[in-house]
Amino acid sequence: MTLNLTHEPIEGEHFTITSENTGDVWEIVVGLEVHCELATVTKLFCGCPNMFGDEPNTNVCPVCLGLPGSLPVLNHQVVELAMRLGRALHCSVEPSVFARKNYFYPDMPKDYQVSQFDRPINVDGWLDLPDGTRVGIERAHIEEDTGKNTHAGGSGRIHGADYSLVDYNRAGVPLVEIVGRPHIRHPEQAKMYIDELRAILLATGASDAKMEEGSLRVDANVSVRRVGDPELGKRCEIKNLNSLRSLGRAIDYEARRQVDLLEEGIAIRQETRHWDEGAGRTRPGRSKEEAEDYRYFQEPDLVPLEPSAEWIAAIDAALPVLPAQRRAILAEAAGVGATESGVVMAVQRGLDGLALAAIDQGGEGRRVLTHVEHNLAVDGAGSLDPKHLAELVGLELAGQLTATQAKTVLAEMVSSGSSPAAIATELGFEAMDSSELEAMIDAIIAESPDEWSSFRDADEKRHAKLQGFFVGKVMKVSKGQADGKAVTAILESRRNASS
Amino acid sequence: MSAHLTRDDVAKVALLARLELTDAELDTYTGQLAAVIDHAADVAALDLADIPPTAHPLPLVNVLRDDVIRPGANRDEVLSQAPSVEDRRFRVPAILGEEP
Repeated sequence: MTLNLTHEPIEGEHFTITSENTGDVWEIVVGLEVHCELATVTKLFCGCPNMFGDEPNTNVCPVCLGLPGSLPVLNHQVVELAMRLGRALHCSVEPSVFARKNYFYPDMPKDYQVSQFDRPINVDGWLDLPDGTRVGIERAHIEEDTGKNTHAGGSGRIHGADYSLVDYNRAGVPLVEIVGRPHIRHPEQAKMYIDELRAILLATGASDAKMEEGSLRVDANVSVRRVGDPELGKRCEIKNLNSLRSLGRAIDYEARRQVDLLEEGIAIRQETRHWDEGAGRTRPGRSKEEAEDYRYFQEPDLVPLEPSAEWIAAIDAALPVLPAQRRAILAEAAGVGATESGVVMAVQRGLDGLALAAIDQGGEGRRVLTHVEHNLAVDGAGSLDPKHLAELVGLELAGQLTATQAKTVLAEMVSSGSSPAAIATELGFEAMDSSELEAMIDAIIAESPDEWSSFRDADEKRHAKLQGFFVGKVMKVSKGQADGKAVTAILESRRNASS
Repeated sequence: MSAHLTRDDVAKVALLARLELTDAELDTYTGQLAAVIDHAADVAALDLADIPPTAHPLPLVNVLRDDVIRPGANRDEVLSQAPSVEDRRFRVPAILGEEP
């Protein structure tokens, strides 16, 4: 059965799936688990380099190879970075212990992974999305990364491979796993969450957060329920999401798959599923019968971790201004809402400092944000004098420059460093005197009497088309120097006067 | 607690640990493990309301090292100890299950 499903935003924020077969309206519920590699010099429990892309098996030692008699010692910087991230996510830092997660798979030579289980370091925080949604963070705990398997022979994939080759350079690299609560309601919001988390990871220096190099990896728990149902549905965990695009597509596909099954009266089986980017679908992974029992127990070779109140206070004092705060500060200065795209984009592109400085120099907030969002490349913006940006906006407001001219002047400001007034003069962007513009428009009207009478009598539909005709003529004659808004105003006043 | 430890529990734990036990061994270990768990039950029977949980037998916390590189192992030496090697990596048999 193929369902015809449509996505529709309700109340501006929530997306739903409406079934055309039953008319039922379904809501998507997503919780994300993110693994990120911490930006330390060495591994979690040994002095081997934490380095991506080195020759296979060159960053190994008895500890990360799991040789008998070796003992792990916790890296101070791991604790520092994990706490920075935890505090940036508004978590409380708790006394924690390490545990062994036992399993048989050759990516860990010890046959267990050291992780934190029942007593994680960071618990119970939140992350505010640019759209205003607050997503709860259940925990953010420390664990070690595994080695890298290359499946050889057969299809090259895990199933059907004849054998595997293992590189242990990544085994023991420090990770933080951030477990988000199921507060996400649509695919775009999931992507937004990862973008925001990545910005926090970069701001705190906790990780370089590169999805393409695997230093940030995302698993998505997806379920659906009828709108208004307080109970959460059975969820599936989607793995193998290697890009934001995959994340969005996989959630969308998986939610539709589940709605399809539920509407046919088939229960969802809780399972791990793998995203196949090429086929655009998820496939079942491990079945329930194979589900592992990891037999967690406390790692006897490591003592408990109890960061002092002083250490936590020092972390708090040194935290950078985080994206959510930066959006609030910029929105306040510009006199607009914190969820407006100009604000969100300025912060996301790291241009909020420039925007704030330009506003501080007297630039009108909304126009400054428009330039920062649409007309400035991040590369060039660094050399831009905020005072010049404020002046540019001033010229626009005074009617000296049209929006199109301002954009051209801005590009020249970035490449030459000159002031906007000097550039406008150089480019011949002299503001047209309004009587000059009126005379030009009157001449054009006189040249096209048939079009003018059609315009005068036009209904709403034809009105816009004919107005465009006249605006286009004026722009051509004025060589683009006329202000579009002024032209339409004059056209309308002439039209009203003659009808 | 031990009253609930069954031969099936032991068989399951053995499977998870990839241990192949004979029927006789299963009987033996069911009895022995039950005795171990009984001992834990002795502790559970005590009044421990005023005693905080012990996370580790050593009276130590926060044993940390500086984030400084230390010389590791020589790759050729390490790989020479492995049963099978290919392309500077450890060669292992085909993996049937999925990654954890």
